Amino acid sequence: MDLMEYQAKELFAKHNVPVTVGTVITKAEDAAAAAEANGGRVVVKAQVKIGGRGKAGGVKLAADPQEAVAKAEEILGMDIKGHTVHRVLIAPAADIAEEYYFSFLVDRANRNYLCISSIEGGVEIEVTAVENPDAVAKISIDPQTGVDDAKAAEIVTATRFPAEVADQAKDLIKKLWDVFIKEDATLVEVNPLVKLADGSLEALDGKVSLDGNAEFRHEDHAAFELTEDEDPLELEAKEKDLNYVKLDGSVGIIGNGAGLVMSTLDVVAYAGEKHGGVKPANFLDIGGGASAEVMANGLHIILGDQQVKSVFVNVFGGITACDAVANGIVGALNTLGDEANKPLVVRLDGNNVEEGRRILNEANHPLVTLVDTMDGAADKAAELAHAGA
Amino acid sequence: MAIFLNENSKVIVQGMTGSEGMKHTTRMLASGTNIVGGVNPRKAGETVTIEGTDIPVFGSVGEAMEKTGADVSVLFVPPAFTKAAAIEAVDAGIGLAIVITEGVPVHDTAEFRAYAEAKGTTRIIGPNCPGIISPGKSNAGIIPADITKAGRVGLVSKSGTLTYQMMYELRDFGFSSAVGIGGDPIIGTTHIDALQAFQDDPETDAIVMIGEIGGDAEERAAAYIKDNVTKPVVGYVAGFTAPEGKTMGHAGAIVSGSSGTAQAKKEALEAVGVKVGKTPSETAALMREILQGS
Repeated sequence: MDLMEYQAKELFAKHNVPVTVGTVITKAEDAAAAAEANGGRVVVKAQVKIGGRGKAGGVKLAADPQEAVAKAEEILGMDIKGHTVHRVLIAPAADIAEEYYFSFLVDRANRNYLCISSIEGGVEIEVTAVENPDAVAKISIDPQTGVDDAKAAEIVTATRFPAEVADQAKDLIKKLWDVFIKEDATLVEVNPLVKLADGSLEALDGKVSLDGNAEFRHEDHAAFELTEDEDPLELEAKEKDLNYVKLDGSVGIIGNGAGLVMSTLDVVAYAGEKHGGVKPANFLDIGGGASAEVMANGLHIILGDQQVKSVFVNVFGGITACDAVANGIVGALNTLGDEANKPLVVRLDGNNVEEGRRILNEANHPLVTLVDTMDGAADKAAELAHAGA
Repeated sequence: MAIFLNENSKVIVQGMTGSEGMKHTTRMLASGTNIVGGVNPRKAGETVTIEGTDIPVFGSVGEAMEKTGADVSVLFVPPAFTKAAAIEAVDAGIGLAIVITEGVPVHDTAEFRAYAEAKGTTRIIGPNCPGIISPGKSNAGIIPADITKAGRVGLVSKSGTLTYQMMYELRDFGFSSAVGIGGDPIIGTTHIDALQAFQDDPETDAIVMIGEIGGDAEERAAAYIKDNVTKPVVGYVAGFTAPEGKTMGHAGAIVSGSSGTAQAKKEALEAVGVKVGKTPSETAALMREILQGS
């Protein structure tokens, strides 16, 4: 889960990273009081989970509370790369002397952790890495030993932090490491990390991604989920424990196993090239047990998407037997009744496939077409979606 | 021969007495795996009978190894306890630990994987993987044994169901070993490890490699193939249509910005002479051509 800036800063504060969280508001008229509480001269910052909001006009300086209201009005409701701004953060305008960059992240390639830091902050690190690679330090971190005093000192030296902030930087780095490890983050990024005019360091921005697999040991993380920003179908799927991602095509997809479902989307997109360019409408992995209930829940979500014109059920019976899946489909169609109103193309293979196909043939449901191969079924589903458009 | 797992492998199951553990231990036994014990400190000394086979339960991996000579452990331990169980297996010095569990926090995996590497005695496969099968010899994990038969194709895949799909497509040729390495951001055994083992395995003639979006493991595998693999390799990559920034089922399957795309992986593989299929069936057909041509 990616956090918004103010949420990241809340976590920073929890671990004593020097930060001024500020005040989050959702209505522009609240900006005056928020600005007052934050010293009058403030920065109004759009809270969206996407980079580049400054360039998009989502970050503005306000000299006084009245101007803060005006700026909040401009920014609230703004669309930044497809993300609607529902909140702004009102934070004291900082008197910045220098800007640095700092991050900890999971390094997939080396299967450990990586610290990326630079004394040239405030711009995108990817840009610095290309234009001035010598200014970017990358320090590998052993998960067994983490960031202790010695490692923090190594990072400070490698980054070439100025001597006058070295001790502060060391301390701050260890606190950010606490955020990274204790909160089960996969990314902690501070850009910019600033030296203020008075010489003190502060995290002026924050980006944190939390590991969803670690939710079981962080009950407080659930409070970071902001449901109004999510797609309603994705939200409903989550409530039903379904692994669903909404896309913008017209062929609904249900399959078992993440890899097979991803592959199914691709195969449908290829097939769609011959049928008016239809595309997959979603990713939905129903996992191992394809019971009638799970199948009905899945179909319910997919048919709730008005763009869907046909549905492709693609199951390989590995552990799950195809007869159970076939019964699941028949049961789900009975449960859904009139709600099931789009053609279903079903491809079953693997464990007990003959019995599965026999069950579907026998049920002879008017909406269901059984196709033997994945490529053939994708073609049929694409054709039906095109015809139904 | 096969890779990592063969007819001599003695397998124990950590978490055998749980529901998933029991279900899959039963399946492994049915497919001929030599299961020599289970591990559960709370049930140490008990015996579990599964379809006529008595399986002793030990208090620790170390005890199980000492009493049975076990050299492979399969872990069906819940996510919150997986790190401790994996570290126990590494401490006991078992040669192969296969972590089936889905949903392990990435920091836990980072830690036990680094720990295993530092100790240098345990190969970890997974987590979040279906395990490995050497058809006709042994089956450690949850891969259905009856899809395919023993043969001379090696298969390495991030995805479980795509592993099954490919085993099914090429069932008339059969496999030396099929290994599911898992779709998490950090995994114990990589594509490269499996490619190296298949290259060295005299019973493997050709290799199918299945990847998916996220990370750069496929690009690294391509570089490895260029310099080290002389056997024919056919590839498949899933996730061309995946949107940026969305996790597609597997924790590691995510396109971040412009990195981790299926297109980049396909291009990297093709640049080193690996034929990449557009669909699983086309991939199987490419392998079929190679096998029939030789």
